[in-house]
Amino acid sequence: MVACLAENNVGIVGEEEAAMGRAQHWIRIERYWDEGEYPEARAQFVPVMCQQCGNAPCEPVCPVFASVHSEDGLNSQVYNRCIGTRYCAHNCPYKARVFNFFAPQFPSPLEQQLNPDVTVRSVGIMEKCTFCVQRIRRVREQARVEDRPIADGEIMPACVQTCPPGALVFGDAGDPDSQVSRLMASRRGIRLLEAFNTEPSVVYLKREGGLDV
Amino acid sequence: MSERGGPGVKGKGDGPESTGTGSTPEKAALAFEAAGVKTMPALTEDDLRALDRDLDARVFGAMQSISIRYLLLVGFLGSVVAFGAFAFGWQIYKGIGVAGINRPVFWGFYIASFVFWIGISHAGTLVSAILRVLKVEWRMPLTRAAEAMTLFALMIGGLFPIIHLGRNWRFYWMIPVPNERGLWPNFRSALMWDLLAILTYITASSLFLLLPLIPDLATARDRTRGLRRRIYGLLSFGWRGTQQQWHRLHVAMRVFTIVVIPIAVSVHTIVSWDFGMTLVEGWRSTVFGPYFVIGAIYSGMAALVTVLVLVRRSLQLEDYVTLRHFDRLGKVLLAVSVIWFYMFWAGFLTDWYGGSTVAKLIQHEHLVGHSAVLFWTMMVVNVLVPFLFLWFRRVRTSMTAMLVISLLVNVGMWIERFLIVTSPGINSLSYNWGSYTPQWPEIAIATATFAAFALLYVLFSKALPLISLWEVKEGWRVDRWRREGLVEAESDVPSLTTGATAVTGATATATTAAATAGSRGGAT
Repeated sequence: MVACLAENNVGIVGEEEAAMGRAQHWIRIERYWDEGEYPEARAQFVPVMCQQCGNAPCEPVCPVFASVHSEDGLNSQVYNRCIGTRYCAHNCPYKARVFNFFAPQFPSPLEQQLNPDVTVRSVGIMEKCTFCVQRIRRVREQARVEDRPIADGEIMPACVQTCPPGALVFGDAGDPDSQVSRLMASRRGIRLLEAFNTEPSVVYLKREGGLDV
Repeated sequence: MSERGGPGVKGKGDGPESTGTGSTPEKAALAFEAAGVKTMPALTEDDLRALDRDLDARVFGAMQSISIRYLLLVGFLGSVVAFGAFAFGWQIYKGIGVAGINRPVFWGFYIASFVFWIGISHAGTLVSAILRVLKVEWRMPLTRAAEAMTLFALMIGGLFPIIHLGRNWRFYWMIPVPNERGLWPNFRSALMWDLLAILTYITASSLFLLLPLIPDLATARDRTRGLRRRIYGLLSFGWRGTQQQWHRLHVAMRVFTIVVIPIAVSVHTIVSWDFGMTLVEGWRSTVFGPYFVIGAIYSGMAALVTVLVLVRRSLQLEDYVTLRHFDRLGKVLLAVSVIWFYMFWAGFLTDWYGGSTVAKLIQHEHLVGHSAVLFWTMMVVNVLVPFLFLWFRRVRTSMTAMLVISLLVNVGMWIERFLIVTSPGINSLSYNWGSYTPQWPEIAIATATFAAFALLYVLFSKALPLISLWEVKEGWRVDRWRREGLVEAESDVPSLTTGATAVTGATATATTAAATAGSRGGAT
């Protein structure tokens, strides 16, 4: 989560605002308790970020095409088109979208480490996880310059990079030999809220006591 | 009541007014019937002219005098509106976060108010257009007030989606005009349908207000001097009251009356689709279209009753907006209330029985949870109160009772919209549940719009006649001819006012019976 905040210039809203439900996290660890009281009941947790749906409900509802599908299958949010109707956020079943209720704050010294590759958003617009699109673009350009295909695991969003046990895996689902394709083919693979038919790109691997992406 | 128009007029309106609110119900009912059109004593043309003069004098007299109380009222309403404008400015300066909205309740007071005002706007279309199509005569003194209400409510309602935007100053990016951004708006979005529907409705309802205003504007032109005369002259488009002009007005009104009804129905259906078309549990529903339309008609009728009670009293129009009108409006209100509950129940039961966990949790919150107080208030004022009381003529003809009931209905309808708009507080992933508490800028702006609505009405009452003069006069004559056996029903007089130059004349009196009878004979 912290890596994500740092990489993507996510504003810090402060305790009071966060209590109102205005925290800006692009990825959050949702904790769900089993039935019962603490010592017996176990907590399950699931990291939830934008699921980059193939059939994204946020896209058709935006009146100004701020939420659009990119050619490589991402749901892009075009910040400077957004006028802040917040319709997309309502239509997102994962509630993955966060809104800039105020102009973003970066308490000192955080303003010293803003990522120059990522726009600092203004007040009144919607934002969300991009799968670190700036990293995807950089690797793709590098590969093009060097005239070679992108290697599996070469692109690493900030959350994948920092996850110590390697619970998060990112890769090209279109390449049948990639690590992510092999994992997705597993019988343990589930997608969140599949009943909505959103065709999410994020696959969780079911396991005793936890879920992997 | 003191200034009566002339001889032979005494019976009209006097009876129910003096006895309807007091004495025994039987007596009131009798007096009431006595004042009905059917049993009214026959009026001569002279009586009608006297009535015309009385009506004109009363309406234009009210338009031309400005009292201290009026100025105080305007000042008070103006300052409430100004404070709302300040709150809006504050919100732009600080950011939309000064409102209470959050994740997951991204929409709040503003959208609830938006739906509410669009709902209010349906009164005009319904009362005026549907009653016109059905040739219901008692509509005549009500149409202007209702049509004006439509326009004002739309003007106010249309502001809310803009106030609600995160970047209000960019709202025009939704308008489909070629632009330097090279971007066309997304017509797959229900918000775009909304924008177009509301703009269409504003255009149609402005014309629908303006068209039947033309003869009255001409009357106003003939009765004023100086700048006012010039303005009225401009607005009345050179109306001279010729046969051809009357004919064209009637044709235009017939076309518009038919056209404006489907527009009104579609507008509120589209507003409901902002919710019904989404994936959001508690919103997505096929019944929302008709449910919102009937809700709009319900709150619109109630608002019309409120406005009529107040306007009638403040402009002393007791003779023209009679208790008979309130009696009929009360019946309509009761019927619409029952239909509304039926629609509500159709949606509620489907959700309940359907088995969606989230929808059921939302219902649980409404029935016994956090929103139970609001939910049960809504049920009591929207269903129980009208159903218990509106059956009785005595209630329907009591100004106080009608004022209270109509206000309660609108409180209930506002709560209904609020509960719908804030229901995404409960959604599919329980980690993201949240609640919503409105903040002062939202309350200030919502209050200001009520003041703005009243202010528009108050200003309108001085600028333009709040009663459709020529339609009322026309109604009197149709009534007279019917009782004299000249015509069977209103449908028999298709070109009733053809040749009637009277309404615009300097004395603003009716044409002679002979002239109208002659022209009618020619037409039928």
